[in-house]
Amino acid sequence: MALSGIQIYKMLPQTNCKECGFPTCLAFSMKLAAKQVELDDCPYVTEESKQKLAQSAAPPIRLVTLKAKDHEVAVGNEVVLFRHEKKFFNRPGVLIRVLDTDEHEAITKKVEAANAYSVDYVGLELKLDGFAVQASSGDATTFAAAIETVRKASGLPLILVSDDPALIEAGLRALDGEKPLILGANAANWEAMAALAKRAETALGVAAGSLEALAELTQKIQGEGVEDLVLHPTARAMGTSLALQTQIRRLALKNFRPLGYPTIAFAGDGGNPAKEAVLAAHAVCKYAGLVVLDTFSPELVYPILVLRENIFTDPQKPIQVLPAVYEINNPKPSDPVLVTTNFSITYFSVANEVEGSGLPAWLVVADAEGMSVLTAWAAGKFDAERIAKAVKQFGVDAKVDKKVIVLPGHVAVLSGELEEELPGWEIKVGPREAVDLPAYMKSVLI
Amino acid sequence: MSIEIPRDKWPGAVRTVTLGATAEQGGTRAKVVSIGGEQTLPFLQFEKETPHRPVIALEMTASRPGDWSQVLQDAWGDVLDDPARWAQTCEASGADLILLRFGLNDADGKPVTPDFAVHTVQTVLQATGLPLVVLGPGQADIDNEILVPTADATQGERLVLGRCEDSNYRTIVAAAMANDHLVLGRTPMDVNLAKQLNILMTDMGLPLERIIMDPTTGALGYGIEYGYSVMERLRLAALQGDAMTQLPLMVDPGFEAWKTKESKVGEGVPDAWGDWAERGVHWETLTAVTLIEAGADVVVLRHPDSLTRVKESIDELMTAESV
Repeated sequence: MALSGIQIYKMLPQTNCKECGFPTCLAFSMKLAAKQVELDDCPYVTEESKQKLAQSAAPPIRLVTLKAKDHEVAVGNEVVLFRHEKKFFNRPGVLIRVLDTDEHEAITKKVEAANAYSVDYVGLELKLDGFAVQASSGDATTFAAAIETVRKASGLPLILVSDDPALIEAGLRALDGEKPLILGANAANWEAMAALAKRAETALGVAAGSLEALAELTQKIQGEGVEDLVLHPTARAMGTSLALQTQIRRLALKNFRPLGYPTIAFAGDGGNPAKEAVLAAHAVCKYAGLVVLDTFSPELVYPILVLRENIFTDPQKPIQVLPAVYEINNPKPSDPVLVTTNFSITYFSVANEVEGSGLPAWLVVADAEGMSVLTAWAAGKFDAERIAKAVKQFGVDAKVDKKVIVLPGHVAVLSGELEEELPGWEIKVGPREAVDLPAYMKSVLI
Repeated sequence: MSIEIPRDKWPGAVRTVTLGATAEQGGTRAKVVSIGGEQTLPFLQFEKETPHRPVIALEMTASRPGDWSQVLQDAWGDVLDDPARWAQTCEASGADLILLRFGLNDADGKPVTPDFAVHTVQTVLQATGLPLVVLGPGQADIDNEILVPTADATQGERLVLGRCEDSNYRTIVAAAMANDHLVLGRTPMDVNLAKQLNILMTDMGLPLERIIMDPTTGALGYGIEYGYSVMERLRLAALQGDAMTQLPLMVDPGFEAWKTKESKVGEGVPDAWGDWAERGVHWETLTAVTLIEAGADVVVLRHPDSLTRVKESIDELMTAESV
């Protein structure tokens, strides 16, 4: 639990030496509590206080990083139960599982395709984060060979999956100093697994079916000096996993250290792609740090990556584009003027449709404080005055000779007022949805 | 090690709302559907049992929908031209409720009339035993024109009539009160606007047990996070005891998901979007499941495969093994 300024003050020298740049130790404590300064700025703080303060400053859910040579994925560090309370910080890693018993040709094909996968969503490039290689064969040589095959096809971070420490050891040897996640430890093998993780300085997954069993294991393993842990609550039904994930998150936020780690969920256990998609969505919404799929197919991966982006967007900062007039398909002065808001999803929906239609247009993006058309209109952030202001501010008058402006269908009600605000312009009402713009432009505007 | 599980004890609860009425209760439905009643956040059964599982309404339209994705048209086939068969197919597919939506025009392309509306609603009521939600086209004058005679003609059925909005609720609420129906109130993704509409409607004398809230949502990729957080906040407010938020939530992932380009369009889209039909069903299913996680009591769907998948997910969410 974070300490208050007063609690921190009690641990400081209380000499008011001012060397930290603040007039008193109390002032410095307040800044520390607000995380606006570093403890190192105090030259006289004792080692004991340093340790105590570091402990209290540690995030309730540890940040765990899986590292490959040129890529890494960091998960954890969350501080809330609900995204509206602040935000969710680290997007869960989405990885694809392969089995070492699969044909190597099939492994290569799947991994190469998933590794190369990239999809554009509102101007963001969404990608997968890595692979889980599972030792289903029970044979060290086969496991190591599969890992090498995956490594040849992709440089993304890995999870090594086996209960057998000997197999994990063989797997680690095949990876030449990388820091994959080892998955992992359980009640039977934890000592050997902890030793391996400690030696290789990797993160270690810990599997158990109950909170008590998980917490006992993490404490024992931590006692062996392994700090980077990932919890694997092995629940089957979604209701049970929801309960466990919620309890883990709540306890972690109350600074219950034995469960203060990110979690992993295997959506592929659903058994078919339909179920897998649902389990992955469930895991993204409800607190998983790593989500492992068995199926790689674009139609499955795309919605999951989009959902992850949506849920992990900062609720205080909608993704916005710069208010301006955007030129689409090289418009000429005779081409029409379309208007929309600066909410990124709105902008990209409209811009993509117009671009796709091949028809040139001027797209005026008004400053609606990052809200969509209907929301902005309801909130009074997208009215005739604001639209007229944008048209004037961006000098649209000087760019066109045919003064036709098209309003989104949802705000047809603004056309009268806009006529008054923009004398000399013809106001048209376009379709409600961006997807219907090309047909509208072809039939009405040409 | 023994761990004390943090359990929230909430002072408030969501009201239970019952849709439909059997012959004994003054209607003609084969069964009724109760929703709401939650005393915890969704599915946290280690705190309190979830009294009523979320239910699924399948959407049908009064005449063949002109703007539905080809994927949906292929899934339903020729029942789209026959409201009675469409309703029966919805029931046979496992729907808990049927949502009948009117457009601005009838099957012949003429403006909808009160007679057409009443006739279609009665046709659907005769074809199925499920409770029914009836939505007008969303244009105030026409909504009122068709919903009032519909309410009169189906007195006692406990239909859900909608949608009431702050600019148009009086006529619909009065018709519902006079004929023992329920209403669906819609507000644009805002906790306070949702409360305000409920206050306005109850001020007219409508009991809270006859209101379902539609807080509006976006589809996956198109603002779902706003709807998601508004629903979480509404549910938290209800549990904290705010009476004007203690109503079940109904959202429309079918409508929202199937108007996105991802679901609607199969050609000229990036290869990274994958197979069209399967993508469309994923889009609808994931939108629905995500909103159920946020507290939806009713989700309205369009594709029968989405219904199967969402239903299975609800089964699983309702399962609470002891651990």
